Amino acid sequence: MLSKRIIICLDVRDGKTTKGIKFKGNVDIGDPVEMARQYYEQGVDELVFYDITASSDDRGILIDVVNRVAQNIFIPFSVGGGVRDVNDMYRVLDAGAEKISVNTAAVLNPGLISEGAKIFGNQCIVLGMDAKHVEKTEKIPSGYEIWIHGGRTPMGIDALWWAQEAEKLGAGEICLNSIDADGTNEGYELALTSLISDAVSIPVIASGGAGVPEHLRDVFIEAGADAALIASMVHYGHYTVGQIKSYLSREGVPVRELI
Amino acid sequence: MKGMISIIDYGAGNLRSVERALLHLEIPCRITDKPLEILSSDRVIFPGVGAAGQAMEVIQSRGLDEVIHEVVDNGIPFLGICLGAQIILGKSDENDTTCLNLIPGKVKLFSDTTLKIPHMGWNTIVKKQDHPLLHGIDPKAQFYFVHSYYPDPGIDDHILGTTEYGITFASIIGKDNVVATQFHPEKSGGCGLSILKNFSTWDGTGQKC
Repeated sequence: MLSKRIIICLDVRDGKTTKGIKFKGNVDIGDPVEMARQYYEQGVDELVFYDITASSDDRGILIDVVNRVAQNIFIPFSVGGGVRDVNDMYRVLDAGAEKISVNTAAVLNPGLISEGAKIFGNQCIVLGMDAKHVEKTEKIPSGYEIWIHGGRTPMGIDALWWAQEAEKLGAGEICLNSIDADGTNEGYELALTSLISDAVSIPVIASGGAGVPEHLRDVFIEAGADAALIASMVHYGHYTVGQIKSYLSREGVPVRELI
Repeated sequence: MKGMISIIDYGAGNLRSVERALLHLEIPCRITDKPLEILSSDRVIFPGVGAAGQAMEVIQSRGLDEVIHEVVDNGIPFLGICLGAQIILGKSDENDTTCLNLIPGKVKLFSDTTLKIPHMGWNTIVKKQDHPLLHGIDPKAQFYFVHSYYPDPGIDDHILGTTEYGITFASIIGKDNVVATQFHPEKSGGCGLSILKNFSTWDGTGQKC
């Protein structure tokens, strides 16, 4: 049986892992290469490195991080943030990432999804989506709107429509982040997750809000997520991957046991 | 160099991941599309990510189809990975492609529309036959899959292991000196590395441990 995946997200700025709350106020918390190695040994299923480097001049630092991670860990990982064109995609894949996550650039230029999928294969292209709960309108019938630029710019685009459109364009997976839940540690936004997961046939990663293992159980069992993204609950040492998986296994969620 | 593994270069995306995993295991390897290098190596890995039609075009344009047949005829141990486990069959439904036919059978699309496609993530293997490739692998071990099509060998004897995803499909296949995994051993943590390690000492004969 296919296991539910636990994915750890490392936000990387100037070569260091950072953690922010609601996209603001980031603090450095460690070396991403060393953290990746520790999580690999704990049995994490996948990793995401998200480049939040302010200046595009410093992007080479992330490529160096990706290179060093790829030499030491042998599980899939993806890279997102600042990927603007096919050349950027090529650089992160060549450095050893399995997948590329596109978010703002794909909203501004949806052709980037189809272009990337055609060259590298659908399985390489992850659509990152930042969605925020709004009042249902004719323009936003699902009641969830897409924001870009790390949650700073509302786009007036319906999240459900965009998820389906991205699947048609060739995205192989969706990483669905709730702006409202992000950084709260109060749980994933279940209604948003099941809305999107039910509407597409590609896997959906739930993101934003995980604080305790019960939140992962809820998003897997109640919202049908295929994978769950976590960050602060492991970064601050509150839980190990093993503890989270033991809990999920007892709750009847299929997870990969570390052997 | 003794024990040299050639990783066949036809522009597939996971070439370097396979190389990195072998280097980590201190197994000598090289990425190459040169017939003489491939044919003089001790073992050959045939990786792959992408679409069957495009892959077969590149393979044929570089004359690698003939080289691969020669590798297999010469008894050199051969490991196919992911797309490399599909295009060694006779035919693929993906782009309606005629493939290498190292093992008889067909590559089919997962047709259950209630399932998420691609089959992406970690899944288990049920061993159908003893094979040196699977030596010491824990029955609970899971491996990383990402694919929309699956191998369907025509003959049960060529199925070494199966996996459940809506249906039961052949996730490890083999015939004589050819073995292939639908999953990615190079991305399947310690258990995947064990598979690569087992391959690096396999002599290409004997289905039994």
